[in-house]
Amino acid sequence: MSEAKPDKWDIELTPKNNLFDLKLKDVWHYRDLLVLLVRRDFVSFYKQTILGPLWFFIQPLFTTIIYTFVFGSLANISTDGLKAPLFYLAGITAWNYFADCLTKTSSVFTTNAGLFGKVYFPRLIVPLSIVVSNLIRFGVQMLLFLLMMAFYGIQGVSFHPNAYLLLFPFLLILMAMLGLGLGMIISAMTTKYRDLAFLIAFGIQLMMYLTTVIYPLSTVKQKYPRYEWMVEYNPMTSIIEAFRYGFLGQGTFTMLSLAITTIITIAIMLFGIVVFNRVERNFIDTV
Amino acid sequence: MATVIKVENLSKAYQLGDIGTGTISRDLERFWAKMRGKEDPFLKIGEVNDRSVKGESDVVWSLKDINFEIEQGDAVGIIGRNGAGKSTLLKILSRVTAPTTGSAKLKGRIASLLEVGTGFHPELSGRENIYLNGAILGMRKAEIKRQFDAIVDFSGVERYVDTPVKRYSSGMYVRLAFAVAAHLESEIMIVDEVLAVGDAEFQKKCLGKMSDVSKGQGRTVLFVSHNMDAIESLCNRSILLNSGMVVNNDTTDKIINQYLYSYKDELSSVVENLALSPKLTLDFNINTDNLISIGEDLEFSLSLNSPERFQLTDLSILVYNEREIRVSVIDFRTELDKVEGGITSLKIRGAVKGINLIPGTYKIKLYVKSGLFHDNTAELVQFYVRNPNVSEIIPYSSVVSGIVKFPYDVSELVVL
Repeated sequence: MSEAKPDKWDIELTPKNNLFDLKLKDVWHYRDLLVLLVRRDFVSFYKQTILGPLWFFIQPLFTTIIYTFVFGSLANISTDGLKAPLFYLAGITAWNYFADCLTKTSSVFTTNAGLFGKVYFPRLIVPLSIVVSNLIRFGVQMLLFLLMMAFYGIQGVSFHPNAYLLLFPFLLILMAMLGLGLGMIISAMTTKYRDLAFLIAFGIQLMMYLTTVIYPLSTVKQKYPRYEWMVEYNPMTSIIEAFRYGFLGQGTFTMLSLAITTIITIAIMLFGIVVFNRVERNFIDTV
Repeated sequence: MATVIKVENLSKAYQLGDIGTGTISRDLERFWAKMRGKEDPFLKIGEVNDRSVKGESDVVWSLKDINFEIEQGDAVGIIGRNGAGKSTLLKILSRVTAPTTGSAKLKGRIASLLEVGTGFHPELSGRENIYLNGAILGMRKAEIKRQFDAIVDFSGVERYVDTPVKRYSSGMYVRLAFAVAAHLESEIMIVDEVLAVGDAEFQKKCLGKMSDVSKGQGRTVLFVSHNMDAIESLCNRSILLNSGMVVNNDTTDKIINQYLYSYKDELSSVVENLALSPKLTLDFNINTDNLISIGEDLEFSLSLNSPERFQLTDLSILVYNEREIRVSVIDFRTELDKVEGGITSLKIRGAVKGINLIPGTYKIKLYVKSGLFHDNTAELVQFYVRNPNVSEIIPYSSVVSGIVKFPYDVSELVVL
């Protein structure tokens, strides 16, 4: 038999690969898996529970009540003139989405080591499925937020949704990308250095206090102008401020700060993907 | 036939010991070397993977410069001892881990079954897990839907298909998992020793399915197993690995012989001048070639010697299988009964007629009751029993095939 044309191979396994080769074709081929993983997360979340998906409501609701009591009533921290529960719930809903994306993706390699060690599929599918299944959770929590807005609206409490609401989908994408990017960087590094797994647990708590979840940016600007930069350059701050501004009409953000956030986010995301891709190939030997 | 797998100079290094602690400086050093396009400084000192010998460096080559090609439709057995690199090879080919150097090229889709039931979620029902597991293995949803009935049928757990798999028995779990993988429409199927679980009927079903896949559908199968019989009847070609290197790549019967002969070197057939007690020594040997086919005789000779006279009342040869089960006892009390008084030396030669044990490794010990020594001896010699005729029917694995191979005749067969 003669070999007329050079062999065409479907898969070539080599030690190194192109850092920016995301294997998007592969990811697309496995899109059904993404859907099924999201479904698995959702279904297994409330299997054998009585309240089922209601648990999605309970956590933000109680957090809001506690925050209203502790930070609003006891500590008397300003809420930019907004009704305290509305202010906190807006912050919590947005922050939770980011934080969930971050914590879940940051442990992708360690929690899925068993699966990744036995079968190949594009690893990117798992962090993507986390972002999507958190989106469902976020949707439910947004519903709670909208219900509360309606509740206070009927009572005649003043807040002003405005044209910046249109930024919402964009903000959502930014949060997802930021959570995903940071999560992938951390997950890639935890395969070798487990220290980061401990860091992330309380680091995310601390980061929340550097973000305008329980206080508005305007207060920081007023009271602590020297430390203002720490909060302001935190990319999540301008996202949450823009989120509040769009829905409630109060918040301190400029298009410039949002643009900077976008650039930072894209940079983190790209770096995350590169690091993730690098580690993906051999992590099973070190994890 | 076209080549579907081509492996060139493939190597894989593993680091021994702890990974992660105190490695930042090392990682930086490696990174710096890589940046300058130099060889990884910690791989240079790698050595051959021999787990029993303490090495100098903490990097070992699990695979070293592997080269081979596999043609479409071949069923290839990968044979080697523990640590020979079989699983590493399968891991690289199924893309779970990347090679350290070299490359492997493949054509078509790969279904790898390194473990059954990967990704099963205990809370989800059998039905949901079929979809999930199928998708993990790379099937599209429509494909799974089309095959769904066949999968359920093959697994034989139809009644439980809407029950969460955490309520399944372990056998049902494995059945369902294998069923999904078996119905994956791939050009290349990679199977690690996953069939050790499950009952005999199911093992047979799995092997039968794999045989269908390669012989009937012209797909390529790579199969790792320690069950030589299964490899012999399933695979037309085999690759023998030893310490991460390809020893040979040929037709299965040749490779299995080579493997067993290399294995044979570790089996001893002679014991000389073994001191049972300070004053009693033993010589023992069996067929010089300790590879025996079922039905052949096992010849042995033994002698006991002492400088002083001693009483010998009991002497037996004890045969044990791999699982330390005593398979048979050859009792010489009848012969000893004829001996009167003390002796200084005893010699016995004889043969066990027509060994009818199932294939595997067997060990021989001796039971001696005398004035000088009264106990079982340590393991003296080993022999390997192999199946001389390979049939088209795939034999059961040694775990389930019992101990004894009875010779039998069928005098009548009525089929209606």
